[in-house]
Amino acid sequence: MTATIPTPLALIAELTHRCPLHCVYCSNPLELKSRGLELSTEVWTRVLREAADAGVLQVDFTGGEPLARPDLVELVRAARSAGLYVSLITSGLPLDEHRLAELVSAGLDHMQLSFQDTREDGASEIAGTRALEQKRKVVSWVRAHRIALTLNFVIHRQNLDHLDEMIAFGEESGAGRLEFAHVQYYGWAFANRERLLPTREQVDRSITLLQQAEARLRGKVRVEYVVPDYYAKYPKACMGGWGRKLMLITPGGDVLPCHAAQIIPGLRFANVQSQALREIWDSSEAFQEFRGEEWMREPCRSCDRRAQDFGGCRCQAFLLGGDAAVTDPVCTLTPQRAIVDEILATTNAPAPTPLATKSAWLYRSNPA
Amino acid sequence: MNLEMHARPRLAAGCRLSEPSRGPRMLLMPERALQLNGPSLEIVERCDGRHTVQQIVFELQKIYSKAEPERVEKDILGYLTLLHDQRALDFAVEDAAGQK
Repeated sequence: MTATIPTPLALIAELTHRCPLHCVYCSNPLELKSRGLELSTEVWTRVLREAADAGVLQVDFTGGEPLARPDLVELVRAARSAGLYVSLITSGLPLDEHRLAELVSAGLDHMQLSFQDTREDGASEIAGTRALEQKRKVVSWVRAHRIALTLNFVIHRQNLDHLDEMIAFGEESGAGRLEFAHVQYYGWAFANRERLLPTREQVDRSITLLQQAEARLRGKVRVEYVVPDYYAKYPKACMGGWGRKLMLITPGGDVLPCHAAQIIPGLRFANVQSQALREIWDSSEAFQEFRGEEWMREPCRSCDRRAQDFGGCRCQAFLLGGDAAVTDPVCTLTPQRAIVDEILATTNAPAPTPLATKSAWLYRSNPA
Repeated sequence: MNLEMHARPRLAAGCRLSEPSRGPRMLLMPERALQLNGPSLEIVERCDGRHTVQQIVFELQKIYSKAEPERVEKDILGYLTLLHDQRALDFAVEDAAGQK
């Protein structure tokens, strides 16, 4: 527990788990909520107002696929009239020009369109469906409106070798911002890690390419990326620190400190249907559990970096280290780093890894 | 980037000021928000596609008349460049007919 509770800055609103894609690295939990259990328009409208009152500046509508909600235009309007900056994190399906225009006039500020690949075969293999052509159309429709556009390329072992094509595609698209997001290994991605985790050589080459693109496009396109944390020396400041800046609401109304927090055993989550959002943020068990520094153990507890990375990711600590309260095992200062090094040794084995070709993808399913 | 003094900066698509009723003024943009204090707010409020860079400089030199005018100009150009690099600003340069 800390004496001062920070102000939340952004809300990630997972409107639904339904999605036309079946991406092998989806950040949704393995257990998906069915449509019947999704929050109503009325509850979301109240929650958006409560979020703005608590100090939240931005809301990211995501899912699943947020476009699967028939009331999305209404929710965008509700968010905007509450004073929030509204982003839509989407695959671009199902969308047409008319609905896009409706979203924009309801107050949409920013669309982040995800790309699995710039090659149809690769994209379809990852998403389990064909979507690339539609995404190209969406890019051309967005140009007619004055909203911000981000193209988000999810990168991994299978597509990193043509990163240059993705950069060129992004540059030509007219988007103001390109995000290259390495797959993070939770949920579906954790299950498919063997085939997704890039080699060191791929990572090194990609960083050089991205640094060049960033410099070349400065002032024209914002290029953003992070080093995949298995290859980093220190952990990422996951969510900007637990309960410090961000919160996420699941389709059923549970309020989480991050996407994957539900995997941590014993952690209980408050729900917006029975409690006010500010109260949940300020004092619910899940948010207090890893807020501040009290919970930290060595090497974090006495580490100079603890106010920078907050001990890394609690979910990764649990997934790799077996305990959500240990230092994130990607940190080279913890003995548990050996776990990550072993994974990397297999990934970077000189012979082509037989496992990577033998195992089959586990595709994300759809909720009932 | 070379800033043209007669260019008219305006907030880029998807960048806007938070409403005055909602506490400290912020410049909102994709995945980030910049808090604006006195001079930075004075600058951003004038990035409306109508003021030229030169006019913004003149107006702020008046408001901050105790500061050295060269210093005010340098700070403004630096701040506009920073916003441009963050893709928060576009610059329209008018042609002779006044068309943007």
